[in-house]
Amino acid sequence: MAIRTLSNFAAGEAANPLIPHTAELIVGFIAFSLLFLVLRSKVVPMFEKAFAERTDAISGGIERAEKAQREAEIALAKYTSQLSDAQGEAQKIREEARVQGAGIIEDLRTKAQEEAARITAAAVASIEAERQQAITSLRNEVGTLATELASKIVGEALDDQVRQSRIVDRFIADLEKSK
Amino acid sequence: MSLLLSGEEGFTPPSTADFNLPPVFGDNPYTTKPIFLVFLSVIVVSTFFIAASRKALVMPTKLQFAGESIYAFVRNDLARDVIGHEFMRFVPYLFTLFTFILTNNIFGIVPLLQFPTMSRVSFPYVLAIFTFVIFHYVAIKHKGILPYLKEIMFMPGVPKPVYILLTPIELATYFVVRPLTLSLRLFANMFAGHLLLLVFILGGDHLLKGVIGLKLVSPFAFAFGIGLTFFEFMVQCLQAYIFTLLTALYIAGALADEH
Repeated sequence: MAIRTLSNFAAGEAANPLIPHTAELIVGFIAFSLLFLVLRSKVVPMFEKAFAERTDAISGGIERAEKAQREAEIALAKYTSQLSDAQGEAQKIREEARVQGAGIIEDLRTKAQEEAARITAAAVASIEAERQQAITSLRNEVGTLATELASKIVGEALDDQVRQSRIVDRFIADLEKSK
Repeated sequence: MSLLLSGEEGFTPPSTADFNLPPVFGDNPYTTKPIFLVFLSVIVVSTFFIAASRKALVMPTKLQFAGESIYAFVRNDLARDVIGHEFMRFVPYLFTLFTFILTNNIFGIVPLLQFPTMSRVSFPYVLAIFTFVIFHYVAIKHKGILPYLKEIMFMPGVPKPVYILLTPIELATYFVVRPLTLSLRLFANMFAGHLLLLVFILGGDHLLKGVIGLKLVSPFAFAFGIGLTFFEFMVQCLQAYIFTLLTALYIAGALADEH
């Protein structure tokens, strides 16, 4: 049997493994084409879709993160500049307030001094007037009293010391009674 | 070896006849085991990859990941790295080529199937013809038929007298050697591998029927057969890779402008 096979091979008959078979050629062609069509239409596009989506998911995520970071930086710069503006503003307002406050205090002091001066002057004038009035009335009264006293003294006996003293006392008592 | 063994008990060593499997149904040549296996490979490969790619999720399932890994290997490591920016056009073909050859090769060590379809030379011939037609078609379309022939026959930058030697060699390379080596390399590897396995498994089986001394040797033959099975697995993957890689290289050459 072994010899028969060997002789077959040597003779290059059906056993020659290099000679193709028509049926196998046809089947190989059809089977391979079929597989090619299936893989090309069903499998390759789906895998490519998955790859593309994955790439997109990864690079899209990075892009979004970068965008968010850029926005955050812009916002930070904006807030920083606003903050420094506000600080400058506050400084200016404080400065103005200080100046205004100083002005107000100065005004008030001036007014108070004026008022004080005015009140003092009024008081001085009033005192002077009252003094003049007192002097005038005193002068009148003293005159009257002196005249009255003189007349009374003259009316009594002026030589008697006791009597004279009594007259004076009575005059003063009358004076007090008349008040 | 055959004489030595057949001298004892008439052992028939495995031969090329073991690859000529008879039709399963009558005389119909379309019902042989290799033909069934080829169709089976089409069903297995399409089912697996359709199931794996059907959902196309961003976060892949295990099945999708397995399918994607094979696809990405062909797409990136073979097509993209070899062909360059126009690679996407050829991915479906290279992907089909790789999965088809790989599956049919692995049939050689799958229990019950145990026949590498590519050890039937017709199938490697068909695949080599596809590659042959494609890379010539691409080159003619890319460069035009006359510049392409001129590039093959009169390689630039060579002294004129050398063309006497070089032109026949280049013509033979492009039109005979490439398709022939492509198909025969695959065929011969699968053929020889299967033959080797047959020798050790059938030989071990035959030794088991011999006298006690031979029975003791038999396990070694089986063990060697098992070891060779692993070796075969490596060769089967490697051959699928080489066939696809060379096809990609030929296409890349067809697209490359004059050096």
